[in-house]
Amino acid sequence: MAKKSFRQAINEALAMEMRRDPTVILMGEDVAGGMGAAGEDDAWGGPLGVTKGLMPEFGRDRVLDTPISESAFVGAAAGAAATGLRPVAELMFVDFMGVCLDQIFNQAGKFRYMFGGKAVTPMVVRTMYGAGFRAASQHSQCLYPVFTHMPGLKVAIPSSPYEAKGLLIQAIRDDDPVIFFEHKVMYDDEEEVPDEAYTIPFGEANLTREGDDVTIVAIGRMVQFANQVADKLEGEGIGCTVVDPRTTSPLDEDTILECVEDTGRLVIVDEASPRCNIATDISALVSERAFSALKAPIRMVTPPHTPVPFAAELEDLYIPGPEQIEEAVRSVMGAQA
Amino acid sequence: MSDAAAPVSGGAIQAITMPKWGLAMEEGKVSAWMAEEGAAIESGEEILEIETTKITNVFESPIAGTLRRRVVAEGETVPVGALLGVAAGADTPDAEIEAFIADFQANFVVEAADTADAPEAEAITVAGRALSHLRMGPEDGGAIVLVHGFGGDLNGWLFNQPVLAETQRVYAMDLPGHGRAEKAVGGLDVAALAALLADYMAAVGTGPAHLVGHSMGGAVALKLALDNPDLVQRLTLLAPAGLGRELNVDYVRGFAEAERRKEIKSLLQQLFADPELVSRDMVNEVQKYKRLDGVNAALRTLADTLFPDGHQALVMKDRLESLAMPVQVIWGDEDSIVPPAHAEGLPANVRLQILEKIGHMPQMEAAGEVNRLIAEFGS
Amino acid sequence: MLQLSKEDLVRAYTQMRTIRDFEERVHEEFAGGSIPGFVHLYAGEEASAVGVCMNLNDKDNIASTHRGHGHCIAKGCDVKGMMQEIYGRRGGLCGGKGGSMHIADLSKGMMGANGIVGGGPPLICGAALSAKTLGTGGVAVAFVGDGGSNQGTTLESYNLAKVWNLPAVFVVEDNGYAESTASSWSVGGSQIKRAEAFGMEGFEVDGHDFFAVYEAARDVIAKARDGGGPSLLHVRLNRYFGHFEGDAMTYRPDGEVDGLRQQRDSLAIFRQRVGETGLLDAAEMDEIDRSVAGLIDEAVGESVAAPPPTRDDLTTDVYVTY
Repeated sequence: MAKKSFRQAINEALAMEMRRDPTVILMGEDVAGGMGAAGEDDAWGGPLGVTKGLMPEFGRDRVLDTPISESAFVGAAAGAAATGLRPVAELMFVDFMGVCLDQIFNQAGKFRYMFGGKAVTPMVVRTMYGAGFRAASQHSQCLYPVFTHMPGLKVAIPSSPYEAKGLLIQAIRDDDPVIFFEHKVMYDDEEEVPDEAYTIPFGEANLTREGDDVTIVAIGRMVQFANQVADKLEGEGIGCTVVDPRTTSPLDEDTILECVEDTGRLVIVDEASPRCNIATDISALVSERAFSALKAPIRMVTPPHTPVPFAAELEDLYIPGPEQIEEAVRSVMGAQA
Repeated sequence: MSDAAAPVSGGAIQAITMPKWGLAMEEGKVSAWMAEEGAAIESGEEILEIETTKITNVFESPIAGTLRRRVVAEGETVPVGALLGVAAGADTPDAEIEAFIADFQANFVVEAADTADAPEAEAITVAGRALSHLRMGPEDGGAIVLVHGFGGDLNGWLFNQPVLAETQRVYAMDLPGHGRAEKAVGGLDVAALAALLADYMAAVGTGPAHLVGHSMGGAVALKLALDNPDLVQRLTLLAPAGLGRELNVDYVRGFAEAERRKEIKSLLQQLFADPELVSRDMVNEVQKYKRLDGVNAALRTLADTLFPDGHQALVMKDRLESLAMPVQVIWGDEDSIVPPAHAEGLPANVRLQILEKIGHMPQMEAAGEVNRLIAEFGS
Repeated sequence: MLQLSKEDLVRAYTQMRTIRDFEERVHEEFAGGSIPGFVHLYAGEEASAVGVCMNLNDKDNIASTHRGHGHCIAKGCDVKGMMQEIYGRRGGLCGGKGGSMHIADLSKGMMGANGIVGGGPPLICGAALSAKTLGTGGVAVAFVGDGGSNQGTTLESYNLAKVWNLPAVFVVEDNGYAESTASSWSVGGSQIKRAEAFGMEGFEVDGHDFFAVYEAARDVIAKARDGGGPSLLHVRLNRYFGHFEGDAMTYRPDGEVDGLRQQRDSLAIFRQRVGETGLLDAAEMDEIDRSVAGLIDEAVGESVAAPPPTRDDLTTDVYVTY
């Protein structure tokens, strides 16, 4: 088994599913690039090169460059999904949801319910999220809580290359609309990824560390930071269980509750803005259903309630990091009677 | 094994170091000491419990002497090769012990995890089927071929292959539907698997070999020995299928269907006498395997073929006595997958080893004992 | 009238009459308080839906608007199932979960009425892409109103359909009012020139005349089916009722609707033109009227008596798996 980057894992998942199923198509701005231009074909292969090589293999009929016109092509993905294709639409940055959200949540996400269970809409919207790229307020948000809030949508947020490949193949084979989040600073992360196709089922959390004292639930890139903290504190005799929910809709409530029952302490790490994010949602879940297991108040590690800033010094302050997670873990340990 | 001896006088100061169990192991955690400082220890005596990410296992002392120091405390994690303890004569002065420890620590270098020359599993095509195998050991050693069981793979021999490969050529392979082998298993029954194993041995040039088969792989190895005895110099069957009708079909079916972590964990725990041995990484690896396209279908097909109606289709017990090569059967008395009762009434040409308080995975749960039984058998 | 057979004419008249009776009856029942929610009626616009959809088959898809009953009937949706849906019944086309604004039947190529103005055109680009990619030979038609014609989604879809050369047709049903606002004020420029600006052909059509719509639609649909890309029809017509039921229509001049009913009624025009050909006589059409009236009576009677969805239905049909 070879080490592969997050970028390769995504590319491989797309290529394998396109080989396996002729109804899988890709569309998005510059997913190949160079359409209609005199220069190189497949010029970009996606803005960060994630879809490079797919157009040469599958042709322009299945790897469709689009105008910069998110409403039209995201809606087209929804319409195509309802009529026999399995489109994977690339919304370059999730921050652009403002110009196409209707097609995702009022159309694709509601077809099945509004139409009395008679619609199947197997579309995937792949989208980049997250801070750390010095990309400022309109290219750095998380926004997955918005989609998690909307019935009819599934939301997957892989935390590593292995997770990315398995969750994306699952997303493509899934018969419901899936919003698939890729953290833009993780594309060069590497780990061992099988060459074969495999699927990771939605709604089953992954325990990336196991310990007896504190449960840390972390989302997406934050899983890495939580793992770092867990490894550091293990040496001091503080055992942390790190829960990566993998999907926020569906959410593996049982695993989170069981881990909190076991440890009695909970820290939630979420890169999304702090009001109505996944941290508040999980906090409410645990408060309602596992309150008596808690030995200390729940701690949430999130950015401040501000847009994502540009200046490196500010953005570094904005992003939740291992130091804040460690402080939160120590504080819930300190609250022990 | 002799009775515990009195403290030994004289003898050199010897290091007891963290073993390397499997290619991926980089470090281990001392979960318990089973010998006190000052106690006499025998070579082969269980003196430590070591937890790796894969499994917790007992560590048998490679040396004899008096345990003078426990250098690593219970609960500590140290790299492969690190000093765990020191044995010496009971009368060796403390100062010399301290000096030995200081010298060892000063010169200890952590071995790089994946050295370039570490052997890796390779893809190989045999009789038109894409398989995977791993070869270890010296070119001129006698050959041992390891055949895994239902749902297993070549990595399951991690405690055995490197140890056996110190003196022998040791081959481990993935059968179809398993590990990194192709997942098409249509039409493969025990006889077909045995024929494929013979083709594999020819393809890699093992020559006549000591065949070691576990569980389903035991049935395959036995079938090959019956069909093609020239290829089999010696035969070791670990908790083998093929010696009786019964098996734990709930386990087999459950394993073929399981997807969620908890289901897989509780199934794996049935494999061991001590369920605590099942680690998070072991569960993760099985889960990763089962997520591959085609694996669950392959396991279902194999189960339907090999164990139709919940019973083993092929029972070869009454043919054991026809075998001319040395044969041994090793079974854990707490095996809850294939009944150890199948070992009752074996013919006289078969050596039987029942291991106490061991489950269906003696090669893991009693790795040292099984390695010794394999290495010594027939040599 | 051209190549239309007697069978075609019977079908066209039956559908137009069904839409008219359906909507008149829903208007009455809504006023009587037996129908919940928002209802937007299509009466007066029948020739457009039927004239376009007579050129389509079940492989072709349409996306509709909030004013969708006429498109549903013209595309072959079950009339009784529609009525039950409007009543919020378990036996409705969507199990009572969608209602008037979301009636759909994908098996008939009816991709849904749509509560979002301008929601449909991007979906139609997708349906057309499916037809093109899968080689079904199908086309996809987006109906939008004059209000929807000003939405960015609609204009973006014109562009996407053109640059992808999709088998799509956009039908702008201009009934003169976007809610209470006159299209003469709210639409900048012209629908036809908008089409032309995106490289499409556009045709203005009299939406009171079934035959005019039928012929115009026949040509652009055939062109799309043959790989000739998208086109636009600007269909001018009128609605007899308000934007929604309960709209007092104070923005319309007194007598406007009465005058339209008397002089520009699509059913009256159809009867007159068909009568001239002798292919279908008045008595035959009267018989269709009686038969349709009976069907609508039955649909309403059954809907009133039908059971509502149950508590168990509340949480089903959200996902295929979850």
